[in-house]
Amino acid sequence: MRQSLKDREHLLRMLALLVAAIAVFLFVRSIAVPKDYGRFGPFRASALDDIAAMPVVFAGHSACEECHSDVVEARQGSKHTQIHCEICHGPAAAHAADPTASKPARPDGRELCLNCHVINVARPADFPQINPREHGDEGPCTACHPHHHPEP
Amino acid sequence: MEPLLHGVQGFIYPNEIELQWSILIVLYPFITGLVAGAFILASLERVFNVRAVKPTYRLALLTALAFLLIAPLPLQLHLGHPERSLEMFLTPHTTSAMAMFGFMYLWYLLIVLVLEIWLDFRRDIVMMAREKTGAARLFYRVLALGSDNISAESLKLDDKLGRFLTFIGIPSAFLLHGYVGFIFGSIKANPWWSTPLMPIVFLFSAMVSGIALVMLMYMLTSWFRNRPPDMDCLDTIGRYLLYAFIIDFGLEMVDLLHRIYESDESFRTLDFMVRTHLYTSHILIQIILGTILPIGLLAVVQLVQLQESARRTLYAIAGSLTLIGIFAMRWNVVIGGQLFSKSFLGYTTYKMGFATREGVLPALVLMALPFVILWILVKILPPWREE
Amino acid sequence: MDRRDFLLKGGKLIWLTGSAMVAWEAVLAGEPETAPNYKLTDHWWAMAIDIGLCIGCGSCVRACKEENGVIKEPFFFRTWVERYHVPHGDIERPEVDSPNGGYDGFPEKYPPQDGSKNFFVPKLCNQCAHSPCVQVCPVGATFESPDGVVLVDKEYCLGCRYCVQACPYGCRYIDPRSGTVDKCSLCYHRIRRGLTTACCEACPTGARRLGDLKDPNDPIHEFLRDRRVQVLKPQMATGAKVYYCDLDGSVR
Repeated sequence: MRQSLKDREHLLRMLALLVAAIAVFLFVRSIAVPKDYGRFGPFRASALDDIAAMPVVFAGHSACEECHSDVVEARQGSKHTQIHCEICHGPAAAHAADPTASKPARPDGRELCLNCHVINVARPADFPQINPREHGDEGPCTACHPHHHPEP
Repeated sequence: MEPLLHGVQGFIYPNEIELQWSILIVLYPFITGLVAGAFILASLERVFNVRAVKPTYRLALLTALAFLLIAPLPLQLHLGHPERSLEMFLTPHTTSAMAMFGFMYLWYLLIVLVLEIWLDFRRDIVMMAREKTGAARLFYRVLALGSDNISAESLKLDDKLGRFLTFIGIPSAFLLHGYVGFIFGSIKANPWWSTPLMPIVFLFSAMVSGIALVMLMYMLTSWFRNRPPDMDCLDTIGRYLLYAFIIDFGLEMVDLLHRIYESDESFRTLDFMVRTHLYTSHILIQIILGTILPIGLLAVVQLVQLQESARRTLYAIAGSLTLIGIFAMRWNVVIGGQLFSKSFLGYTTYKMGFATREGVLPALVLMALPFVILWILVKILPPWREE
Repeated sequence: MDRRDFLLKGGKLIWLTGSAMVAWEAVLAGEPETAPNYKLTDHWWAMAIDIGLCIGCGSCVRACKEENGVIKEPFFFRTWVERYHVPHGDIERPEVDSPNGGYDGFPEKYPPQDGSKNFFVPKLCNQCAHSPCVQVCPVGATFESPDGVVLVDKEYCLGCRYCVQACPYGCRYIDPRSGTVDKCSLCYHRIRRGLTTACCEACPTGARRLGDLKDPNDPIHEFLRDRRVQVLKPQMATGAKVYYCDLDGSVR
C-alpha cells in the first residue's frame, strides 16, 4: 500500500497543480466579473442604463411646440403640417435646453427643398416633384412657396 | 468614396465595404487543423497499435503542442480589444461557438496534450534531472514536479494513464477541429459557410494537413540528424495520408455536387464567385494543385514499385502540395465567404496589407513561430530515444 | 462534513455553469434601481416602414449619424436607404444602389417610364427577437434587452467581429474609433425618455414609425393588422421586428 502511494506521488502533484490552477481561475473570476452581469440575461445589466444615458441631439417636435405654439398655429391646414420642425431647422436639443445658447438654422435657397422635391423616378408618383432646371428660374423656393405654408 | 469602392462589383450593403476577417483568421483554422491532425496520427500508434508509425509518435506530439501554443495568437492579434479576451473565460456566452472554443482549447492544451507529453517524457525528464548540473538540473527538476521516482511500477502507471488520455484525446481532437468547422458552418447568414458538412470537412482536412506536416517534419528532422528515415514508417504514413485525403476530397465533392444540384438562392452568386474571384485559389490551387495532384502522387506510390529515394521525393512533394492545398482551402472558406454580399447582388475584393497589423508579415511571423517553439521543445525534450 | 459531502460540494463549485454562478452573484449584489417611470418589461419595441411613402430624401440617414455620433466617413451606417430599379419587373435581377447610404440623397439615374419598377427601401437593424448576432457573441457584449432592442455594450465588446458575420442584413460594422462593434440601437437613449427615434423624428413623410408591441393603443397594431406586411429575409427566421408594408420580392 505504502509503495503504491509512493509510485503515485508524482501524479498527485500534477493533480494538485491542476486543482490549484482551477482555484486561481475561480478566484479571478469572482473578482473580475462585473457584479451586475447576468441580471437580465448573459450581459452586463448596467449597460442598459449606460446606453440610455446618452445625450439626446434631436429635441423632438413636442419640445419645439411647447414654446413655439404660434408656428404650430400658422402651420395648421398646410401640406407641411406633419413635417417635424427639426427636419428643416436641424437638431435642436441644445436650443431646447437653453434657448439663448444656440439658434437653430433658418435655411433658405433651394437646396433643402430639393432634398425632397427634386424629381426622381423612384419617388412615389403622387409626391410633388419638380425639375429644378425648368421650375422656378433658380430663385429661392420660398419666394412663391412660403415654407410653413407651401401651397401655390 | 471612389478608392473605397474600387474592387466592388454590383451592389453590396454599405457596411460590407470592410472585410471583417483577414488572413490571420485563415491561419487559425489552418494551425488548429495541423494540431488535431498531428495528434490523431500520434494516437494511431498508441490506441490502434500501428507499430510502424512509432518513430514519429513523440515528434508528432511535440509538433502538435508547438502549433497549439500559437493557435490563439492570430485571433488575439485580430481582436479590436485583445485586453478583453479573458472575458471569454470569465463570462462565456453559452450559445456562442466561439466562447465554447476557449474551453475546448484549454481542455485540449492542458489535459490532453501537456499531460500526455509529460507522462510520456517523464522518464527522460527525471533522467535529465539526474545527469545535468546547475540551472538545467533545476529546470528539469521543476518539470518533473520534484519527483525522482521512475520505478517500474510508476512508469507502468504513467503508461496506463497516458493510454487513457490518448483514448479521450482522439474525440477531443475531433471535437477541437470539428468545433472550428462549426464556428463557420453554423452561420446561417452566410450560404458559403452554412452547411452541416463543414465540421466534418474541416476535420478530415485537418487530419490530412496534420499527417502531411508530421511526415515532412519526420523527413526533415531525419535529414538534419543525418539518419535515414524509417521507410516502413514513411510508407505507412503516406498510405494513411492517401486514405484521409480521399475521404476529405470525397466530402468536398459531395458538398459541391449538392450545391450545384440544389442551386438555391445563393447559387448564382457563389457560382460566379468561384469562376472569377476565387478561380485561382479554389480551382487551381486548392483542387488541382493541392488535392488532385498529391492524391495522384500518393496513389502512384501505392500502384508502382519505386526506389526508396523516389518514394521519399514523392512523399516530400505530395506533403508540401497537401499543406498548400489545405491552406488554400482555409483561405477559400474564410476569405471566400466574405467576397460576396449577403444581398447576393455584388462582390468585393480582399486587399491584403503587408506590414500592417493583419498583413502578410505578421502572418508569416506567426507561421514561423511554431517551428521556433518546436526547435526549443526538441532541445528540451529530445523525442528520439538514443538507440 | 464527511468526505462524500465534501466531494459533492467541491464538484458543484467546479461544475456549476457560468450563468448560474453569475446569476447567484447578482442576487447577492442586490437589485440596482431602474430608471424612473420606465419599466423594461412593459415595452417591446418594433418599427413599421411604409415603402410607398419613402421619398429617398436621406433625412433619416443624416439624422441618425447626427444623433448617435456615427462616424461620418462613408460606409458606416446604423441606417441607410437603398434604391431599387427593377427592369421589366424581373424580381430576380434588381439593380440596387445606395450612394453613401443615401446620406446625400439619390441623384436621378434612371429615365422615367422605361417599363421598370423603382422605389426606395430604408434599412436598419431589424431588432430580431432571435438575433443571430446575439447568439454568436462570445462574451455577451451584444444582447436583446428586456424591452426588445438589440444593444451593444461598448465597454465589453472584444471586437472579434463574429456578430458582423452572423447578421444576415449587413447592419453591423466595426467603429474604427473604438475598435468595437456598432449598430442601430433604435435610439435606445431616446425611447427610454419617451421620445421617438431620430430617424422617425426626421422622416418627412411618416414612412418609418416606431411602435411598441406591448402597448395595445399603439398604431403599429393597426398597421400590422390592416396592411400587407413582411420582414426582410423571412427565411432567416430571426424574429425580425422591423415590418415593411409594400415590400417587393426583389428586395434583399
